[in-house]
Amino acid sequence: MKKGILEKYPPKDGNNLIALLHEVHEAFGYLPKDDLRAIAEYVNLPITSVYDVAASYGQFRLTPLGKNVVRICRGTVCHVKKSASLLTTLENELGIKAGQTTQDKNFTLETVACIGACSIAPVININEDYYGRVVIEEVPIILAKYKKEEISKNRIKKLNGIENQTA
Amino acid sequence: METDKRKGVVLFSEYNRGEGIKKAIAQSREDILFEIRESKLKGRGGAGFPTATKWMMVAAANSEEKYIICNADEGEPGTFKDRVLLLEYPQLVFDGMVIAGYVIGAKKGIIYLRGEYEYMKKSLEDYLETMEKDNLLGKDILGKKGLNFEIEIRMGSGAYVCGEETALIESLEGNRGEARNRPPFPVTTGYLGKPTTVNNVETLASIPHIVDKGGVWFKKHGTDKSTGSKLFSVSGDCEKPGVYELPWGSKISELLDLVGAKNTKAVQVGGASGNCIPKSQFQRTLAYEDAATGGSIMIFNESRNMLHVLKNFMEFFVEESCGQCTPCRIGNVKLLEGVKMIEKKEFTFAYINQLKDLGRTMQVASKCGLGQSSPNSFISILENFKEEIFNGNGGHNGK
Repeated sequence: MKKGILEKYPPKDGNNLIALLHEVHEAFGYLPKDDLRAIAEYVNLPITSVYDVAASYGQFRLTPLGKNVVRICRGTVCHVKKSASLLTTLENELGIKAGQTTQDKNFTLETVACIGACSIAPVININEDYYGRVVIEEVPIILAKYKKEEISKNRIKKLNGIENQTA
Repeated sequence: METDKRKGVVLFSEYNRGEGIKKAIAQSREDILFEIRESKLKGRGGAGFPTATKWMMVAAANSEEKYIICNADEGEPGTFKDRVLLLEYPQLVFDGMVIAGYVIGAKKGIIYLRGEYEYMKKSLEDYLETMEKDNLLGKDILGKKGLNFEIEIRMGSGAYVCGEETALIESLEGNRGEARNRPPFPVTTGYLGKPTTVNNVETLASIPHIVDKGGVWFKKHGTDKSTGSKLFSVSGDCEKPGVYELPWGSKISELLDLVGAKNTKAVQVGGASGNCIPKSQFQRTLAYEDAATGGSIMIFNESRNMLHVLKNFMEFFVEESCGQCTPCRIGNVKLLEGVKMIEKKEFTFAYINQLKDLGRTMQVASKCGLGQSSPNSFISILENFKEEIFNGNGGHNGK
């Protein structure tokens, strides 16, 4: 448990459970088992109830994340703008399925029900960056920015060539 | 287009920060309630409950502690108007909350912000800080003795059902987002068991305008039953997607012209839980009494397969049903199965009709708005696009 998180909230007060979960989630990118126990003890709830709440909300993860989190919107508008094929492309490029993390822990791929940016559909969100009106050809170019240095340099060079051709 | 200066008759009309609060505290609570009742403002989240009635009930409740909650859990697929309001017009939303606090006698307001909107939390907090500096928030607001109000921002965590007011309150209390039994209603027994009013961002943003310019001015716009204007989040097949303000009672075809939609086949009004309106009905009006919506407008052109659209909606509801009540938990799965059967052309019309009946049962038997509205798109798409959807089958498998 990171220091100072629990102390921000009054003890034995279950009302702040979700706020606490958010803080821990922010610090680690997921909810470690030991921290769930510590929270349960602090707010005076059984660990099962804490787990129950943590598991019921889509934003909380119980397993660690990759360094870069790729989220693809599967909302209706993105869907009709072909986000399904974007998802397949992402899965092929990264070699994982939605909900999984790559072996080198560099990428996690997730789907979102609706990201709330329907006017620029289809949308891919990587960490803090949003990419709108994405077409399949752009996917490798976007991903290359987040790949590890040595690989991405070559890759970008190669892809820039492709980009120039298509442009 | 998102950076253009927005134009609109009511919400996007001129308003100076703090003006509404200043005018509000110069009047009695009853006068403001009267003004809001006069305006006939209805809840902008989609259900359309009269705001004045809700506030009167909370104002009349006998309790030391009361709460005002701003529902910014904008989770309906295809809506993004609250994001625009919070980012570009925070003065409207927050002034509205302070006025609400004054009218109902609450000392604390909470914004339940959608988890995905975490990135705007910082700027909203900065804004609240400047409000506090200017004495529009905090203790003895604008020098009025005893008028204290604070606003807290709480984050949602990615559950669609938490847009439902009782599930939202459950979530604020640190529980799973599951709807409560009603009665008792939140206006008497809400957050922490105290009288609570839960209002949509857009409803609260309308309040300062009403206080500033009067209920009669507000009523001038829109129709008799749907007064004022509405923000529409337009997305899909059109040239200029984005947020538009139009008076209630505008025709669907007018909106389509405005956003440059061509070859439109269908418009989904009200998001995944709304109704799908075919071309033949584009003369219908956007209003509580006709095609009601919380603001989501999705446009589909001729090239789109409506069955795929429907499948996407149903997958969404299967995922987001909280699983508490049976009609919604089982019903949505059954409807999705039905869609998949149609897709594979392995169905009988008798069974599809049974599913439509199941949908109507869900509409009356589900506990909260999620299950009550999730069959809407199933029923309306299969009704309105039966030619397209069932034509491929030719009826050889049918009745």
